[in-house]
Amino acid sequence: MDQPYESTAHADHEHKPHGWRRWVFATNHKDIGTMYLIFAGVMFFLGGAAAMAIRAQLFKSGMELFDPGVYNSLVTMHALLMIFGAVMPAWVGLANWMIPMQIGAPDMALPRLNNLSFWILPFAGTLLVSSFFVPGGAPAGGWTMYPPLMEQFGASFPMVVFAIHLLGISSILGAINIVVTIMNLRAPGMSLLRMPLFVWAWLITAYLLIAVMPVLAGAVTMLLTDHFFGTSFFNAAGGGSPVMFMHIFWFFGHPEVYILILPAFGVISEIIPTFSRKPLFGYEAMVYATASIAFLSFIVWGHHMFTVGMPVAAQLFFMLSTMLIAVPTGVKVFNWTATMWRGSLSFEPPMLFAVAFLFLFTIGGFSGLMLALVPADYQYHGTYFVVAHFHYVLVPGAVFAIIGAIYYWLPKWSGRMYDMRLAKWHFWLSVISVNVLFFPQHFLGLAGMPRRIADYAPQFTDWNMVSSIGGFVFGASQLLFPYIIWRCVRAGKPAEARPWDGARGLEWELPSPAPYHSWQTPPSEAMLAHGAEH
Amino acid sequence: MTDAHAHAQADSNYYVPHGSPWPIVAAVALFCLMVGAVLFLDGVTSAWSLLPGPLLLIVLFIGWFSTVIGENQKGIYNLRVDRSFRLAMMWFIFSEVMFFAAFFGALFYARMFVVPWLGGHGVKALAHFLLWPRYEATWPTNGPGHLGGAHFEAMSPTGIAALNTLILLTSGLTITIAHHALRSGKRGRLKVFLALTFLLGFTFVALQAHEYMGAYTHMNLKLTTGIYGTTFFMLTGFHGLHVTIGAIMLVIIWLRVLRGHFTPERHFAFEAVAWYWHFVDVVWLCLFIFVYWL
Repeated sequence: MDQPYESTAHADHEHKPHGWRRWVFATNHKDIGTMYLIFAGVMFFLGGAAAMAIRAQLFKSGMELFDPGVYNSLVTMHALLMIFGAVMPAWVGLANWMIPMQIGAPDMALPRLNNLSFWILPFAGTLLVSSFFVPGGAPAGGWTMYPPLMEQFGASFPMVVFAIHLLGISSILGAINIVVTIMNLRAPGMSLLRMPLFVWAWLITAYLLIAVMPVLAGAVTMLLTDHFFGTSFFNAAGGGSPVMFMHIFWFFGHPEVYILILPAFGVISEIIPTFSRKPLFGYEAMVYATASIAFLSFIVWGHHMFTVGMPVAAQLFFMLSTMLIAVPTGVKVFNWTATMWRGSLSFEPPMLFAVAFLFLFTIGGFSGLMLALVPADYQYHGTYFVVAHFHYVLVPGAVFAIIGAIYYWLPKWSGRMYDMRLAKWHFWLSVISVNVLFFPQHFLGLAGMPRRIADYAPQFTDWNMVSSIGGFVFGASQLLFPYIIWRCVRAGKPAEARPWDGARGLEWELPSPAPYHSWQTPPSEAMLAHGAEH
Repeated sequence: MTDAHAHAQADSNYYVPHGSPWPIVAAVALFCLMVGAVLFLDGVTSAWSLLPGPLLLIVLFIGWFSTVIGENQKGIYNLRVDRSFRLAMMWFIFSEVMFFAAFFGALFYARMFVVPWLGGHGVKALAHFLLWPRYEATWPTNGPGHLGGAHFEAMSPTGIAALNTLILLTSGLTITIAHHALRSGKRGRLKVFLALTFLLGFTFVALQAHEYMGAYTHMNLKLTTGIYGTTFFMLTGFHGLHVTIGAIMLVIIWLRVLRGHFTPERHFAFEAVAWYWHFVDVVWLCLFIFVYWL
């Protein structure tokens, strides 16, 4: 049954609002998804510019391109822009595009709320970025905003606090919309355990978002009142403690890093079966593994603060709970590998990024296990080893999955194919340079180079130089990505409804490009059965 | 085509609303609120900059909600939309629960860990011996630095707090009676008990304001009174803000009842406000136990 779904839409359904109104008053999940992705792209390149500046400063010992204060601001803004500006909005954009198509719905459940959760972002981004240009410069205490350091910054301090409030409101509203869409708008017959894994991953991610973004809002509110209104949350003289901030922050922070990575698990679980031409191995195990990871994420936050002085019992608890995460994560890695086992593999760009994800994310997972060991962490804490660890899970992890997802679904969105050869160049340049960039940082960390430092002892120069060269190549090769997308949308060859012959799932039953209101009438049971991945 | 692009197809019950200017107004309003607060806190402007944001928010709420209520009264929303609204409200309340959890967490952490450490017990007792060897861990406390003055009086669980507990629990009862009245079509009883509910709510807020004034004028208990003052005012303050918002929402649904809105079968807005009210009630019970009593 390769007949694409024929839209029974009436003419008035297909008619879209034109001009600026289409975007400013948007209620369509595709339009909003596109805006999210464009916003994420802009933030990715802004955060990337900060990263290039960081690598330039660290190219060799004693560079002094920036003064240390500015350097610290760059580090802080790089993290905030990448986490809250690039990766999270990119995932919400993908959720917007794909969830209605994958569950057989015409749109998101709450389209106007959807518009609001997007349009908060540009304002929040403006507030965040403009903190660079006020007296005293952008905050320089790192994205973790630990007091009392964070409270010592000037005019930019409330700007960042309120930008985070806005970003949090946006995330909570977006997540509520996603949960409601999945719970309420699934096509008849699509039971929970028939949902595509990207939808499952997002359902669980949205739950995490609703649970922890308010906690972050609470934490930054406490910073604000401590600074301006004389409260004592983090002031020992008043009976508070700066360590309390760390607990509240990381209670948010650890689920947050899974918010960045769980949708990636969903995407990889879509791409690998498609290009292995086999159903996903262990579908239900994948669902339960994702849910277990989400649950565990709430009880491991202490591993970010082993060295602050913590009772041994607490250290043991957080060490063991952290290592427990390796079990469901291992289930996922083995299931992806088993899906490829004896599959009829082909390596189109989405699959290349997925396979790279599998290897490189696993490296990041292993270095995470090393960091989970309390005695070892005493050595690694606050070094470049930590930087290498989380960049391995976030760059060839989350970012590669986002790029892979866009290469996977772009033909469905645009109705056009992109330049495969160029996309493969993009892949090979990225995958080589990302390792040149981050792998040496393991060595630097183990040798004792501290993170968040504007200059370093000369013995660290060699590997820093290698890392910087990798960084510049990685940064430059990402410029290919918008070019490939732009070329595809402008002049790509028409794409079929199912451009990947192994692709399963309801989105491939729709024509390419997908109709404006994805599913006007619910998909039939036959389509559901055909689309089933397992 | 209705103005609301309301193509609820008979077989699918799908509904896609038309575009609306209100969300972007909301984004602008929030931005004005935040920028206004930044300008004020950074000392760039005086307090006037705090005004435009809330004013825009009021315009927004009136505008957006009247649009939605109007569409609802026209019968555009089907049961699937109703269910979406319900789910959204539940998850919104869950996010509010987590916001309060952060502040309760701060209270518990300060009482159970930080204050004993500062008093010389446990793993981080060093600060005690180096900085404040004469500090004794007690609760309530304003910390070893005696912030806000050497002496202050703690809040008592009897008195206004007990009265407010009674008031809020009663209001939980009256809104339930109102809900039953709505479901059995007894509009007269509905109007009376709904009105009673928000009157109790505003009474609560007024009593709390009185309590705050007493704290500042007679008890030397301020927001700046160390960790006790901090947790007391932040927790009860955010709760009081939520009671105020809840009471305003009750007034609005009461006005809608007076206009003949809601049927015994369909009254999402009423239920949403009732859930919110119960949530505020439960938070108060936790406050009463952990902030005033224990």
